[in-house]
Amino acid sequence: MPSIQTSMRLTAIALACSLSLVGCGKKDADNGAVKIGFSAPLTGAQAHLGKDAENGARLAIEDLNAQNLQIGGKPIKFELLSLDDQADGKVATTVAQKFVDDGVVGVIGHMNSGATIPASRIYNENGIVQISASATAVKYTNQGYKNAFRVMANDDQQSPALAQYAIKAVKAKRVAIIDDRTAYGQGIADGFEANIKKLGGTVVKREYTTDKASDFMAILTAIKASNPDLIFFGGMDTQAAPLVKQMKTLGIQAQYLGGDGSYTASFIKNAGAAAEGAIASLPGKPLEQMPKGPDFKKRYEAKHGKIELYATYNYDAVMVMVEAMKRANSTKPQDYLPEVAKTNYEGVTATIQFDDKGDLKNGAVALYKVEKGEWVALPTVQ
Amino acid sequence: MSILDPSTFQVLLSTLPQQLSNGLILGSVYALVALGYTMVYGIMGLINFAHGEVMMFGAMICIAILGVFSGFDINLWIALPSAVLLTLPCCALLGWSIERVAYRPLRQAPKLAPLISAIGVSIVLQNLAMLFWGRGNIPFPALQNLTPIQIAGANITSVQIGIVITAAILMWVLYLLIERTQMGRAMRACAQNPDVAGLMGINLNKVIASTFILGSGLAAIAGIMVSANYGQANATMGFMFGLKAFCAAVLGGIGNIRGAMLGGLLLGLIESLGAGYLGQLSNGYFGSQYQDVFAFLMLILVLVFRPSGLLGEKQGARA
Repeated sequence: MPSIQTSMRLTAIALACSLSLVGCGKKDADNGAVKIGFSAPLTGAQAHLGKDAENGARLAIEDLNAQNLQIGGKPIKFELLSLDDQADGKVATTVAQKFVDDGVVGVIGHMNSGATIPASRIYNENGIVQISASATAVKYTNQGYKNAFRVMANDDQQSPALAQYAIKAVKAKRVAIIDDRTAYGQGIADGFEANIKKLGGTVVKREYTTDKASDFMAILTAIKASNPDLIFFGGMDTQAAPLVKQMKTLGIQAQYLGGDGSYTASFIKNAGAAAEGAIASLPGKPLEQMPKGPDFKKRYEAKHGKIELYATYNYDAVMVMVEAMKRANSTKPQDYLPEVAKTNYEGVTATIQFDDKGDLKNGAVALYKVEKGEWVALPTVQ
Repeated sequence: MSILDPSTFQVLLSTLPQQLSNGLILGSVYALVALGYTMVYGIMGLINFAHGEVMMFGAMICIAILGVFSGFDINLWIALPSAVLLTLPCCALLGWSIERVAYRPLRQAPKLAPLISAIGVSIVLQNLAMLFWGRGNIPFPALQNLTPIQIAGANITSVQIGIVITAAILMWVLYLLIERTQMGRAMRACAQNPDVAGLMGINLNKVIASTFILGSGLAAIAGIMVSANYGQANATMGFMFGLKAFCAAVLGGIGNIRGAMLGGLLLGLIESLGAGYLGQLSNGYFGSQYQDVFAFLMLILVLVFRPSGLLGEKQGARA
């Protein structure tokens, strides 16, 4: 099949281009600064989320550089080395290898669980500290890697909250589940399904799509025939927005429920009126309830516009990493790694402490509902 | 739950009209894009991988124009057709320039050279679109609140009815253009043998340019249809759609106009019926995660038994 060969070629060329472009940018700034790697999809359908995450991490780096830090007795400047992983596990490992070759002291990323997990092996083998701000798949921190952390509640913490809300608050009895077959979508959907069954709900239909699809009419038609009270989607906003629109087209009355991948500004913008009433979860407390939240929001939005989703978490991830360096008085991964594990940091999204696996301790999960074109926080579930 | 179970059978029957209409809508768009692939292939023997990007530009330009119109409070039924009419020449120009810049200088080069240049153009266009319109999805502004209409048990929006009717009219017009006009005859002649056609006084450059203009126009309309239907567009939407449409063209027999139409409609129906019924028909062993596998399996099966596609000519007839 020529198309497959060509798409592979296309990927290879695109990767070569993106790597060489970033490479050029780096050379200009090579001034002895301490390099921190950052990786997320910066091209493709999730690029808006990746850019948002990068902006968050970059804001943290700028804040830190403005503080004129001294680590190990000399002034330190940080530099964010940002590479595109295209939300693809194969590209992510190439990116990870490049970070290793470039001598980064730590990595913030990746954004998607499906990219984070394959890359984590390479960071582990090379002793580089990895803090993901948004990979929520349980497997990431369950591989026995001592250097892998995340600052967002994982899917084991998120899916019970979602299931509880579906059964207790929405009073759903018949539930249909769709996922996008990525590590994240599948993980959160499986967790949700297990918890729904535990709470006595019935899963009447389980359907699947991909993270590149935009047409869900066929699976939604099949779901409609099974007459659910609630439809849960494990996936990102690029799919979620047309999905809720097509639910309306088919006249499906069921409640829409999504994970953190649905909680974005773009979801509301692109789904329009169809977004109204949709519910999504997001780990952490609402920004307004956090001491540093409103200030961060104001400063971020003045610079980059509305927060899409992961900017705050990436800001926290950088801060956690550098705080550990400060305490260890070293930027060497082997020196500051034990300090990362001991983190107790009052971040923008949560008070960050890690358990022995590198997961967030006591991760809170908040639920939000679209009302009049805005995400409005529902009471937090612990 | 087996297929023989009467209640399952009833569910199958009750969702059939909806699944058929889903497939028809998807298929009409595939067919429009597939026509662009097949026309270029028929004449130049080149797979224009930038074609999906032209489709994406159609969607993006139309949304941009609608955005400008919305500032003047123009009625939707005037704004939308005029935006489409303004988008067409932009995309036709884009298609023409792609041919002029990326393919014409390579016309005598080995076949692989224009293919690589096609991939290059595709990447450049995708990144240009990201520069102009950003990386995220942009919403299609006008048609946000549409209540569906019920036709024979299927829920269909007016946009979707518009898609099917417009696609049918466009394909009919294109068919007439190719079969009944002087330009169409010149195109068919070039497809049979460009050198001899040239000797007979046909301006090959002009024919190829008009092929790209026609194909790009169709792709632009397909792009507008897709973004209006799904309510959003992004810089990378053209890639997957282009790939699917290319498969549709191969399924129908690449180089054959009627084949592209048939291939597009079939692929849409196969995808939709596959995703909708695979789970029930296989007793839950294969769910909708196999929808693409199923569609490509059908494609492979067709190609095994008819290597030149459903309506493709035998290889000997063309050599």
